[in-house]
Amino acid sequence: MAECHPVGFHWPMEAKRRGAKLIHIDPRFTRTSAVADIHVPIRAGSDIAFLGGLINYIISTDRYFPEYVVNYTNASKIVSEEFQDTEDLHGFFSGWNPDDGGYDVDSWQYEGFDVSPMPGGSGRFGAAGERKTERANERQDESLQDPRCVFQILKRHYSRYTPEMVDATCGIPEDQFLAVAKTLCDNSGRERTSAICYAVGWTQHSVGAQYIRAASIVQLLLGNIGRPGGGILALRGHASIQGSTDIPTLYNLLPGYMPMPKAGPHPDLPSYIDGNTAPTGWWSNLPKYFVSLLKAWYGVAANENNDYCYDYLPRLTGDHSHMSTVAEMADGKLKGYFVMGENPTVGSMHGALHRKGLRELDWLVVRDFAVTETADFWQDAPEIKRGEIRTQDIKTEVFFFPCAAHTEKEGSFTNTQRLLQWHHTAVQPPGDARSELHFMYHLGRRLKRLYADSADPKDRAIRDLTWDYPTEGEHDEPGAEAVLAEISGYTMTDGEALGGFLELADDGTTACGCWIYSGSYKDRVNQAARRKAGREQTWVAPEWGWAWPANRRILYNRASADPAGRPWSERKKLVWWNDDRGVWEGLDQVDFVAGRPPSYRPGAKAQGVDALSGIDPFIMQGDGKGWLYAPNGLLDGPLPTHYEPQESVVANPLYKQQCNPARMEWKRRDNPFHKAHDDPRFPFVVTTYRLTEHHTAGAMSRWVAWLAELQPEMFCEVSPELARERGLSNGGWATITTARGEIEARVLVTERLRSLRLKGRTVHQIGLPYHWGSKGLSTGDTVNELIGFVGDPNVSIQESKALTADIVAGRRSRGRRVVTSGDLVARIEEDATERDLPGARGSADASHGHKNGEATEGRTHS
Amino acid sequence: MSPKGFFTDTTVCIGCKACEVACKQWNQLPDDGLFFTGMSLDNTIDVGASTWRHVAFVERPAPLGGQVTGMGNLSWLMMSDVCKHCKRAGCLEACPTGAIVRTEFDSVYVQPDICNGCGYCISGCPFGVIDRREEDGRAWKCTLCYDRLQDGMTPACAQACPTESIVFGELNDLQAQAEKRVEQLHSRGMTEAYLYGADAGNQPGTGGLNAFFLLVDKPEVYNLPPDPIAPAMEAGEAWRSMAAAALGMAVAAFGAVLTSRTGARP
Repeated sequence: MAECHPVGFHWPMEAKRRGAKLIHIDPRFTRTSAVADIHVPIRAGSDIAFLGGLINYIISTDRYFPEYVVNYTNASKIVSEEFQDTEDLHGFFSGWNPDDGGYDVDSWQYEGFDVSPMPGGSGRFGAAGERKTERANERQDESLQDPRCVFQILKRHYSRYTPEMVDATCGIPEDQFLAVAKTLCDNSGRERTSAICYAVGWTQHSVGAQYIRAASIVQLLLGNIGRPGGGILALRGHASIQGSTDIPTLYNLLPGYMPMPKAGPHPDLPSYIDGNTAPTGWWSNLPKYFVSLLKAWYGVAANENNDYCYDYLPRLTGDHSHMSTVAEMADGKLKGYFVMGENPTVGSMHGALHRKGLRELDWLVVRDFAVTETADFWQDAPEIKRGEIRTQDIKTEVFFFPCAAHTEKEGSFTNTQRLLQWHHTAVQPPGDARSELHFMYHLGRRLKRLYADSADPKDRAIRDLTWDYPTEGEHDEPGAEAVLAEISGYTMTDGEALGGFLELADDGTTACGCWIYSGSYKDRVNQAARRKAGREQTWVAPEWGWAWPANRRILYNRASADPAGRPWSERKKLVWWNDDRGVWEGLDQVDFVAGRPPSYRPGAKAQGVDALSGIDPFIMQGDGKGWLYAPNGLLDGPLPTHYEPQESVVANPLYKQQCNPARMEWKRRDNPFHKAHDDPRFPFVVTTYRLTEHHTAGAMSRWVAWLAELQPEMFCEVSPELARERGLSNGGWATITTARGEIEARVLVTERLRSLRLKGRTVHQIGLPYHWGSKGLSTGDTVNELIGFVGDPNVSIQESKALTADIVAGRRSRGRRVVTSGDLVARIEEDATERDLPGARGSADASHGHKNGEATEGRTHS
Repeated sequence: MSPKGFFTDTTVCIGCKACEVACKQWNQLPDDGLFFTGMSLDNTIDVGASTWRHVAFVERPAPLGGQVTGMGNLSWLMMSDVCKHCKRAGCLEACPTGAIVRTEFDSVYVQPDICNGCGYCISGCPFGVIDRREEDGRAWKCTLCYDRLQDGMTPACAQACPTESIVFGELNDLQAQAEKRVEQLHSRGMTEAYLYGADAGNQPGTGGLNAFFLLVDKPEVYNLPPDPIAPAMEAGEAWRSMAAAALGMAVAAFGAVLTSRTGARP
C-alpha cells in the first residue's frame, strides 16, 4: 500500500501513530513492510491457504464474534443435502460438469430457499426451474451444531488448513502465522475492529475472486464488516477505477451493477426484468433502476409501449472480456479498437499476442499523453527489431489523439471508499489535446448528424439517444456537471433534480444514469465538489465529497449495532435504533430499510424488501445475511479453496486437483503453458508489481524526467541466494524467460527478497516491476511479455501475480523468436492430468479457445 | 519572525520520494541523469546542486525495535535528507561575496544573482549539501522554499509528504513535538530512536539544525556525519594550532642554527 498508494497510506500511518497494529503479508519486504509492525513473507499464489489457516484458527480457537456470526451471517443456514465439499471430492465441489468445465450450482443452495446473488451473477437453476423464493421455508440452526449448517461446513472445509499446512504451502513458519492470527483476533470484537486492504496482488490469480471471498469470511467471523475501522478495502489501480466499474467500462455490466442483456434469455424487457430481479432483498428494486436508466439514455422516445427502448441495447452473445477480445483480434475477428488511457502492449499480459492482435485490425485509435508502445506497435516492437515482422506488411491504420490530463479537464474521481471527489480544470490542455468527454461527445454528435435523416429502424438507437449536453469555450467542451446531473437523475415532467434512488420509479417518470449515484447532484448542487474540512464537521465527514449510495460512508452499517439496534460498544458506535422516535439514526447515513425496527420479522409470504428482517444488515443479499458460504453467484465454488496457480513450483499440498478446475484457459499455439508444477525449464516463482515511482504501463511517468530519474531502467529483484545460484551480480544484467517470451533486466540483489522453505525444499521468488517499454525517457523490456492468458472464471482477470520462469545471467539474445512467430523454448507435450484430475475437463479441453465465451455463457444463463 | 524549519521523522518515511519530485517541480530543477545504481531503490544517490531533497534507502542487517518480520535480521530505513539550515552555517560563513544570507525565517538562502561560483561554500558545508551545478557554475541548495514562505505557504516537500514524515513549522514547536515522539517510540519498544541536531546542546558543532531528524541508527548509517562542525567554529583552534606550529618551527629553526653552529665548531 505504501508502494502503490502512498497518499492513501497517510491513514494507516495516522492509525499507527494512535497505536494501531499494521500487518503486512507480501512475498517481498516492501516499503509497506518497512513501517509495518509485522511482516510475513508468503509464497506468491498461496494466499487462500493462508487465509484458510486464519479461518481455521478463528473457528478452532473460538475467536469468532458469536452474536454477530449467528445473527448477521448465514452461519446457521442449512445447506442442501446434495452438497458435497472439496474434502469429499479431491478438490471439487458437487455439481461439476466435465463437459462444459463448469459447475451446476443447484446442490450449493440452502435447503428450502433459493437465494439470489447480485443480478447477472446468478448461477444455473435446476431443470425443474422453479425457484423457491419464500424465506419462511429457510431452515436454520442457531446453535450452529447441525452438520449441514454453513458454520459446520465451513469448519470441516478448513479443518486441514492448520498452521503446519500453512507452513508447508505458504512457506510461513508457525510462529509467524500465529503472530498474525493472534494480533488480528486481539484487535477484533465489540471494542475493536480491523480492516483488510488488498490490491491486484489478490485479484490477478486464476482464483482471484475467491481470495477476496476468503478475506470476507475472515472479516464476517470477526465481526469486522459494516463497522467503523473494519471492512475489506480494494485499493484500486488508478484514481477512478472504482468509478469505472460503477459506471462501467466492463462489457457485461450496465451502470449501477445491472447486467447487460444476453442474446438468448433476454429477448425483451419483461424477460430481462424477470431474469434479473431478485425475489427478495434490495435487488427486487431493479426494474425502477433499469427503466430510469433507459429514460436517461433515450428520453421521450422511451415509453411503456416500446419497452422503454430496451431493443436499442446491444445483447451479449459471448465473453467479450479483455483476453477473449484480444484472442479474437489475433484470429482476425475484430476490425477496430479504441484504446483510451491504456497501454495494453505494456500493461496487459502477453504483449506479443496483443501486438499480433493489433496487426490484424483494420483500424486502431489510441488516445494518450504520449505515443505509447501500443500506438507505435507498427514500427517499434520487439518482433520488428528482430526482423520477424516488417512494418510495410502491417495493414492496421492507426489514429493517435493527444489527450488532456486530469488537471486539464473537469470531472469526478471515485475512490475505494466509493467517495466521489470533483476536480476542476486547472489549466487548459495544450495544442490538440482534448478530454475524453470532448472526444466521446463530439464523436456521438457526428454520428447523430450522420444518421439524422435515416429511416432505417436500426439507426433509431443513435437518433433517439439523448445527447444534448451544453458546451463552452472555443473547443465546445461539454460540461461535465451536466453529465453528473443526468447520472444523478431527474424527473421527466419538470426536470427536477432527484434526491436519491428512493425516488426512482419503473413507470417512466424518472430518469437516472446510474441508480447508485442518484443524489450526487441533489438540489442541483454538485455534491462531489463539496470540500468542507474534516475539522469543521464530525469524524465521518459527510460534507466532504459524496459517497454512493446515498452519501453513506460505511456500507451495511446496520451491522455496527447489535440485533436490538444498540451499538456493539460506545467506542465503535456509528448508527443505532431510536425506539422512542421509531427511527434509525447515527453519525452516518443508515444503510437499512428506513423505519424498520430491529424486532421486525417478515411474514410467511413476504417478497422484495419486505422479506428483510430487522436483523438483516446485508440488504443487497436475498437473505440479508453476510455470506460465509456463497450458495450462488460464484462460478468456482461456494467456499474459497486452495488451488495452485496455472504454473507452480509445487504440487497442490491439499488436494489431488492441482488448479482451479473452473479457471479460464486459452489453449492456443501462441499461448503455451509450462508444466503444472516442477517444470525443470522454469524452476522459479515470478511475481509482478508496481513501484511508487512509476504509474502502471508508464505513459504518465516514463516520459517525465523527475520520475524517470528515480527509476531509470527495468530491473528485477532477486535474493542473494538466487543470485549466487545463477551467477547474477548486482547492477548487472539478467534474462528472464517463460514459454511466452524473454526479457532482460538490470539485477538488484536484495535481502528484501528471501527464498522460502517449503517442506525442506528451497523456493526462489523473482520480483519483476512491470512499468517498462521501449519508449519514453526511462525504458526497458516489458514484463508482461512473459505472462500467458489464463484467468479467473468469475471476473476474467489474468493470472499475473504468480507464475514460473527461468533466470540466467547476461543480456537476452537479439535474434531469438517469440511464440507468436516461432518457438522460443522447446515445447514439452502437456500432460493435462497434472492440472486437472483425469476426465475433469474432458471435452472442455478441446475447445478452450472458445470455451471461455460460449461455455461460460451457457452455464451461467441457460 | 521566529525560526522555521523541518522535523523529519524517519520512522514514518515510506520512501515514496514525493518530496524529491515536489521539490524539483516547484523549483524547476533539472533531472540528475538517468542511471541505475543497484543501491536499493535509490537512483539519485545524494543531495546535490539539482536534487535538494533526497531519500536515502538503507537495507540494514539488523532488526528494528518493535518490528516482527519473517525476513530475519532485516530492516529497511528510509530518510529524506535536505539542507539542515544550520544555526552556524558553514556555507554562509565561507561565502566571500555575501551571496549566502540568513533570511527572516532563519533559513540559509543562496542568492543566485550574487553567487559568483567560487565554491568556498562547498568545502564549508560539513554535510556535503551545497554543490555547484556544472552547467551554470553557481552553487545551489534547498531554499526552504523561501518564495513559498513569503506567501505563507508550506515548503513543497512537506506539503507533498503523505505520512507527515516531513513536518514544517516553528522550530520551538517542532522540537517539542519531536521530543514527544521519541518518548512515544521508546514506550512502544523502539528504544533506539533519538534526535539528530535538534538544538545546540544536541549538536554543538553546528549550533543545532533548523532541519533536524529523528533517527534509529547511527548517523553514518544514513550518510550523515556523526559530529559535524562548522569550519569557522574551529577557526580559533586552527589559529592556535597554526601559532603553535609556527612557534615550533621557529624553535626548531633556532635550534637547528644553534646546533649547526655548535656542530661547526671545531
